[in-house]
Amino acid sequence: MKRSANVREIIQNKGINRKTQWLEKGMPVFFVVAALISILTTLGIVLTLVVDASKFFAVVPLREIFSTNLAPLRAENPAFGFLPLLTGTLITSLIAMVVAVPVGLTAAIYLSEYASARKKKWLKPIMELLAGVPTIVYGFFAYSFVTPLLMNLIPSLNAKNALSPGIVMGIMIIPMVSSLSEDAMESVPHVMREGSLALGTTRLETTLFVVIPSAISGIVASFILAISRAIGETMIVVIASGSSKNMTFDVTQSMQTMTAYIVEFTSGDAGSGTVGYYSLYAVGLLLFLFTLAMNLFAQHIARKYREEY
Amino acid sequence: MNVETMKSYQQQKTHQINNASSAKTKSFFESGQAKNRLARRILLDRVLQKVFFLSTIFALLVLGILLQRIVADSIGWLNIHFLTGRLSINPEKAGIFGAIVGSLWLMSVVIPVTLVLGVSTAIYLEEFAKNQKLKHLINTNISNLAGVPSVIFGLLGLTVFGRLLGLGSSVLAGGLTLSLLGLPIVVVSSQEAIRAVPGFLREASYAMGATKWSTIRRVVVPTALPGILTGAILAVSRTIGETAPLVVLGIPTLILKYPQGIMDDFTTLPIQIYYWTLDTVLTREYANLAAATIVVLMVVLLTLNASAIIIRNKFQRRY
Repeated sequence: MKRSANVREIIQNKGINRKTQWLEKGMPVFFVVAALISILTTLGIVLTLVVDASKFFAVVPLREIFSTNLAPLRAENPAFGFLPLLTGTLITSLIAMVVAVPVGLTAAIYLSEYASARKKKWLKPIMELLAGVPTIVYGFFAYSFVTPLLMNLIPSLNAKNALSPGIVMGIMIIPMVSSLSEDAMESVPHVMREGSLALGTTRLETTLFVVIPSAISGIVASFILAISRAIGETMIVVIASGSSKNMTFDVTQSMQTMTAYIVEFTSGDAGSGTVGYYSLYAVGLLLFLFTLAMNLFAQHIARKYREEY
Repeated sequence: MNVETMKSYQQQKTHQINNASSAKTKSFFESGQAKNRLARRILLDRVLQKVFFLSTIFALLVLGILLQRIVADSIGWLNIHFLTGRLSINPEKAGIFGAIVGSLWLMSVVIPVTLVLGVSTAIYLEEFAKNQKLKHLINTNISNLAGVPSVIFGLLGLTVFGRLLGLGSSVLAGGLTLSLLGLPIVVVSSQEAIRAVPGFLREASYAMGATKWSTIRRVVVPTALPGILTGAILAVSRTIGETAPLVVLGIPTLILKYPQGIMDDFTTLPIQIYYWTLDTVLTREYANLAAATIVVLMVVLLTLNASAIIIRNKFQRRY
């Protein structure tokens, strides 16, 4: 009686063993495949952009994209000069940085060097909250609140302009600049601050002459990542900056960015297979290369110039 | 020069220096000028501390204005009919039930796909990867993927899921596109959570005769679960508010039929906000509809983020 139960147990165990063995061998394979999907995604992005952009460049010579004439929807003789898009992107991103860098950096200084643990406990979640607001909400905010507000100050401001989305984009990236810079400053060891304070400096002097120079690689990396984020930002500029394709440096006028161009084209007018349709992949490729270069540059700076303690 | 004269010379020199410096310090510290300078330095420190604080508060202020503004615009428009009604061109009759259902269907694709792919990738990287080069490649790739603009993911989705696989602008096409967008968030937070599982738990499991897979399934993943869930919630809150990739995919707004499955066309809350904001030029009331929709979206997002913070603080065990 007892023996037979044991045999049954052994047989059952063997069944389980076979099953677990199968899982033991199978699951790692599944995990590798899952891990490779992230690489496939990057490959997919590159291939999609390169293949369709090459169809664009087969028709439009490369030198044409450096002209200022952009008229992709003109029935005869459409023009594909991307310079208006580039200036639009750069100007809105620059305005964003003018807002985000001073505010983000000083907020980081406050959080890292001055704030008590108790204040930090409620200030940091608010920053995180600001970072979690969807960009479409910022777009609505820019268009229906910031633009009318600015119109009171600058009467010549267009309903669609580069200034308002630039400012709102800056507000959007403040949390990014401040949290990354704060991380960099927090990683400066306390002995350095104490050494400086012991020499009789004020907290401000310690921050400016000891902490910031030591954390400069992380701080600069945070600025570059923020620019990259601003360049890739879409909904705010689509809503508040409009789709004017004239090249201008006047921030009170409507400008189109690269991202806004992509959105305008996919959500409608250009049929699949036309040059206009392929042009958005060319713009997408440029955008991808810009942001990739900046991200790699930021990683490089953060790694190479980091002071190890 | 003999040793003695040299010594006396040195002594003399030191004496002179000491004398000079003490005299100088004395006069310097006694002068009102030094006190003034110190007072100025301290004052500058105090003043700038206030400036730094104000700039931190600036973020709070903007968030406050934004919320106040949007809530004020939505008052009178956000009611039961708005939440349960169908879309309509007439702003008085318009409701967003279709967009809510669409967003839920979208998440029904995004949540399982990102969770399975993200956690599996993290398990591979932390538990299995022996090839350091491959591990490094995947890690670099994921951090770069996190920096790719979302509109580019839209182009990928349009070309691969929309056109190549013929999914068009269905829930599945949108869901897969957004899954790839949310993937880096889940991978990175799961990796951190798994890395934080202490080695002795694994060793104890192996010592009891458990295999690698059962150790992962019964020890590593359950221990890392709070961290994994936090990442998953953050990925959901990121993707549920995402607009650009869906606009690129060609998700239409005026869908009067509610989606019944993952192959149906759909619309989401952010898409609805987008088109209503664009059309405020035509109909003024659309701004109120957009604001009311934003309130709904923000309530969902705040709930998600708050639950992520609670999970992180409450259930995360430190070893």
